[in-house]
Amino acid sequence: MEKKSIEQLESICSQVRRDILRMVHAVNSGHPGASLGCTEFFVALYFDQMNHNPKFNMEGKGEDLFFLSNGHISPVWYSVLARSGYFPVEELKTFRKLNSRLQGHPATEEHLPGIRVASGSLGQGLSVATGAAQVKKLEKDDSTVYVLMGDGEVQEGQVWEAAMYAAHYGVDNLIATIDYNGQQIDGPTREVMDLKDLKAKWEAFGWEVMETRQGNDMKAVLAGLEKAKELSRKGKPVLNLLYSDMGYGVDFMVGSHKWHGVAPNDEQLASALGQLPETLGDY
Amino acid sequence: MSLDLKFTYSEKKDTRSGFGDGLLEAGRKNPEVVALCADLIGSLKMGAFQKEFPERFFQTGIAEANMIGLAAGMATAGKIPFTGTFANFSTGRVYDQIRQSVAYSEKNVKIAASHAGLTLGEDGATHQILEDVGMMKMLPNMTVINPCDYNQTKAATLAVVDHEGPVYLRFGRPSWPIFTPADQKFEIGKAWKMIDGKDVTIFATGHLVWEAVVAEAVLRAEGISAEVINIHTIKPLDEEAILESVKKTGCAVSAEEHQINGGLGDSIAQTLIRHNPAPLEYVGVNDSFGESGTPTQLMEKYGLNAVSIVKAAKRALERK
Repeated sequence: MEKKSIEQLESICSQVRRDILRMVHAVNSGHPGASLGCTEFFVALYFDQMNHNPKFNMEGKGEDLFFLSNGHISPVWYSVLARSGYFPVEELKTFRKLNSRLQGHPATEEHLPGIRVASGSLGQGLSVATGAAQVKKLEKDDSTVYVLMGDGEVQEGQVWEAAMYAAHYGVDNLIATIDYNGQQIDGPTREVMDLKDLKAKWEAFGWEVMETRQGNDMKAVLAGLEKAKELSRKGKPVLNLLYSDMGYGVDFMVGSHKWHGVAPNDEQLASALGQLPETLGDY
Repeated sequence: MSLDLKFTYSEKKDTRSGFGDGLLEAGRKNPEVVALCADLIGSLKMGAFQKEFPERFFQTGIAEANMIGLAAGMATAGKIPFTGTFANFSTGRVYDQIRQSVAYSEKNVKIAASHAGLTLGEDGATHQILEDVGMMKMLPNMTVINPCDYNQTKAATLAVVDHEGPVYLRFGRPSWPIFTPADQKFEIGKAWKMIDGKDVTIFATGHLVWEAVVAEAVLRAEGISAEVINIHTIKPLDEEAILESVKKTGCAVSAEEHQINGGLGDSIAQTLIRHNPAPLEYVGVNDSFGESGTPTQLMEKYGLNAVSIVKAAKRALERK
């Protein structure tokens, strides 16, 4: 794959954001907030960082793997998978509709290329990714396993079981990212259930922790993922704290938990799309 | 009175040892087999596998939810993982993890669950799960197996390796008669008619199969001809074998170390009611928790032994 420029990657982001908004608008449901906030991260992974094959194979031997633990941000993942060739872009219009492969939360039962495990019930993805990463180590496969979690999600106890385990076994081909947007359904994480010092917590669990302070700046996101890769394979799993803004890219959505799981109406959609140039052609 | 048993035994052993020995053999036969255990290596008899295949064995600590997720990830990457802990912590504690990451995601994970039921004994009701079969059989894509003795558990362990898809393999703690052959062929989903009869059918699973064998001899001594069918696979259920037998006998007893609600008997009742309504009596735990005691005492108190099966068979016969 030819290396894309920052401008090219940013232009893909604009289209992905359009896809997200149009998908959730069409069915008046889904989760636009963190989907918009994680767009740079997904585009950076699939169009620059990961060694992956859109001719999907479940086991993914010799490939980097990505697991989405916070499955509710499926719109951004579906868009990026389609835009990177896993399935036809037109299929995005079936999102959340009857008989679709694009379930509300990602699933494997309909055999959508790119999805390796169902997610949606929170807290499970880090365990799954760790298991897959251990198999890669066992088989001397020098690929990287990535996983994304929400920040509210780390309130789930299983996350910490997996954190303890991955450090104990030195699963250092694992790069976990937390979408650190400070919001969850019922409000700011600080008010709902304060995460306190996440960096110190993960360090105390034995992880190599790094921060991507500007999670919606393509250059910073790429630099963060490069750094994460450098820190990997040194005996510790790597945690990337990605400071993102929920709803980024749309002025009336940015920074608010109110758009966690609410779709824009016709007027709002028009306004939002007006802020995001159509760069690759709408589906 | 000495009973004329159709199956006999010369040795007793725990079914969990059948699992442990089966796992070791499976590891030797298939390099993709890996095993995980949540701090119960000795109880699950996984030590031999761990010793021979240290790189393929993963101690997870007391963290069952993570263990199920890890296994799903390992299966995704092509391995055949066995998770090992008590039946209680293999099901209720991790139901959502099994539901989403294993069953719905169609992962080739084998959930090995020991110390199921009352025969766990003295530890009491916190550990004596009697609802696990119900939980597991409700999950789409899940196969549920409950073998009856050491030999059958070992054969089942080997058989599930060659079966693609999630499996719940349930076994227990107590020393139990070994009355089935070591060289048996274990066919998932295929009931085994152990004893022919014509008056009443006893469908039994797990430890209760032995009790059914004893009950058959008692009934025969009283002039009642009982058929004994070993239902080692509760899901998928061998409906054909069930219907064929009840068509002949006209009534049945189900026997299991589980709640009546959601157990094998429930599945048999569903089959009969749809195709051939016939009297069915349940031998199982009647909507209660267990308690501390020896396995024998508990099986007697909760009505899960040969005596209870004999009584149930007579009740079924009266209703014909």
